[in-house]
Amino acid sequence: MKLTRIAAAAAAALVMAGPALAELVFPSLSYRTGPYAANGIPFADGYADYFTLLNERDGGINGVKAKVVECETGYNTQKGVECYEATKGQGSLVYEPLSTGITYQLIPKASADGIPIHSGGYGRTSAKNGRVFKWVFNYPVNYWDGASIAIKHILDQEGGDLKGKKIALLYHNSAYGKEPIRTLQKLAEKYGYELMLLPVDHPGQEQKSQWLQIRRAKPDYVLMWGWGIMNPVAIQEAANINFPMDHFIGIWWSGSENDVKPAGMKADGYKALSFHMPGDDFPVFKDIRKYVVDAGKAAGNGEYVGTVLYNRGVYAAMLAAEAAKKAMEIHGTKDITPAMMRDGMEALEMTSERMAALGLPNFGPEFKVTCANHGGNGLGIVQQWDAKAGKWKVISDWIESDKSVIDPLIEEDSMAYAKENGITPRDCKE
Amino acid sequence: MPEQFYFALEVALNGLLTGVMYSLVALGFVLIYKSSEIFNYAQGVMALFAALTLVGLQTGQVPFAELINAIFGTHLSHFGWQLPPLVAIVLTAAVMVLFAFLVERLILRHLVGQEPIILFMATIGLAYFLEGFGDLMWGSEIKKLDIGLPQGISETVESLTGKWFGYGLFIDKLDIAAAVVAGILVTVLTLFSQYTKQGRALRAVADDHQAALSVGISLRFIWVLVWSIAGFIALVAGVMWGAKSGVQFSLSLIALKALPVLMLGGFTSIPGAIVGGLIIGVGEKLFEFWVGPLIGGATENWFAYVLALIFLVFRPQGLFGEKIIERV
Repeated sequence: MKLTRIAAAAAAALVMAGPALAELVFPSLSYRTGPYAANGIPFADGYADYFTLLNERDGGINGVKAKVVECETGYNTQKGVECYEATKGQGSLVYEPLSTGITYQLIPKASADGIPIHSGGYGRTSAKNGRVFKWVFNYPVNYWDGASIAIKHILDQEGGDLKGKKIALLYHNSAYGKEPIRTLQKLAEKYGYELMLLPVDHPGQEQKSQWLQIRRAKPDYVLMWGWGIMNPVAIQEAANINFPMDHFIGIWWSGSENDVKPAGMKADGYKALSFHMPGDDFPVFKDIRKYVVDAGKAAGNGEYVGTVLYNRGVYAAMLAAEAAKKAMEIHGTKDITPAMMRDGMEALEMTSERMAALGLPNFGPEFKVTCANHGGNGLGIVQQWDAKAGKWKVISDWIESDKSVIDPLIEEDSMAYAKENGITPRDCKE
Repeated sequence: MPEQFYFALEVALNGLLTGVMYSLVALGFVLIYKSSEIFNYAQGVMALFAALTLVGLQTGQVPFAELINAIFGTHLSHFGWQLPPLVAIVLTAAVMVLFAFLVERLILRHLVGQEPIILFMATIGLAYFLEGFGDLMWGSEIKKLDIGLPQGISETVESLTGKWFGYGLFIDKLDIAAAVVAGILVTVLTLFSQYTKQGRALRAVADDHQAALSVGISLRFIWVLVWSIAGFIALVAGVMWGAKSGVQFSLSLIALKALPVLMLGGFTSIPGAIVGGLIIGVGEKLFEFWVGPLIGGATENWFAYVLALIFLVFRPQGLFGEKIIERV
């Protein structure tokens, strides 16, 4: 009798409590080991710490706890795919591969499995075309935007005329490094500058040939698409040949503290693009320190808070959390699936009011994702290294890429992908 | 003289000096292989570990600080001292000697008489262990290496050649320093192996293990000695390469640059490592200069390995390696 009563009470309690909500799972394909660990750690820390902040400060995302599942890729494409296979069954809502190589491998897999991918500022550029790449998002900006933003900045420096100028592209000799070439060639046709291509073999520790070539050819500007050890070596070599640092501009993956600090004062004046602000002068970082770092719940020891790559991790996590909220709003449930998450990502709109409300005023560009546009508005900033202060300083407003050049290239590349893979582009007018 | 000639001269000179940097890495491989027939896969990681230790000691970093902080809830990071470069180098060399002792004690001693492939695999394990250990001990952030090495264009060379040729050649002061250090290192190694008791013992072991053992030479002592010297060479290589890029974990990949040098120069010859490095350095740079632009560039790694492969086909023991004679 007593047992029956207890069982009945337990059953009643369960009914009254309602179904327990599962956690929102955000896999993090991180690389905390290997040659690129110095860059992988701050990003992974930022990504994890933002979700911890939401859990600790707000009780999760709309009351549902977020769970970050980390898997170590070592920046190795094969391991990245293994991580995807190992974590996709855990309710993963969205993948942030943090590697162009891994992203390329995951695009067909995740599309078949119905799990969205977010590769902000990296991955396959033409994934911006949401009609072809239903499951892939690369907002707020892509490599081709980066190439155009860099050229726009140079145009600004040169009074709007690049005729007869020589611009060199120093790039990692990989799919990633080659990404901007076509855009830069198209822009060269438009603006009349001469483009000089200088590939650097992996990993990029030895660049003497390339910098001797730069010394001989005397380009007016050097753009860099580098990663890892290639970046500090290039900056050191530029200093060695007395190349003017303010004429040396890196993509956002060549613009962290890790890239400039080894060269010391010689790196002063080096420029790099970014799609979010540097530094920790934002309310959200005060909260991260209070609720996460000081509470001993940080993924690392908190030393990277405010550094470029940490901020990028925070930004990626914030965009994922906002998309999850949007998905809950659209579907009227807190128990969202990857497909619902995709819908949330496709309806994501980041306004300056929203960013300010999140404690990140003007931290990233404003943009609106649509069915056809998965890549945002292509806005970026130029930041410059102040070696004395040991800080990046933002020296431009948000610069919008030249869509008249980029959009046709995206259309062409994405349609070729659709044809190769038998994809019928979605009709986004619905 | 046409401008192209001076450009080629500049490329060749820089190639030679880059070759010296490759040789610095290759030397460590040669020493260990010569004395024990072990291809030390961990040589690149040893360079990384030595450079990490040097910066850590110089800047007064608390070893294992993150681990200690995680366990005890402390906030340790630095002792607050800044050691003079020379003191830090001596202390790091001592750490590398301790490392050599531990390698002998914990690994090699247990593998005496095993096939070379087993010893090679042991060094693969050692490389991964040391990389993780270095990370735990000194952290994974990129560190600036500053021991006062000169860096940047040599204005003297530039202005002199500018006067002579009308074109100022570029030579990096760091490369000149590396060439001087490599020269001193090879001279000291040669004097050591020719004129000291330990050096003669080392050569005896290199010539014939069994014969050396039969006259009472301790193989274990020789192994500690050789790994210590290789550790010191790794320190020099780590310093020179780390001065360019900062000390970071990609530094271990410099071993990739030593392989074609070894294939070309032979695994058992110190002059081979030097000459091999110079040939690879100047060859890859000139190839990139002349042929690179025609085929899209980034030919250096490809050229180095192809050149080494061609040498292997015609001279498997390398330029200066011992000829392989097997009687049946």
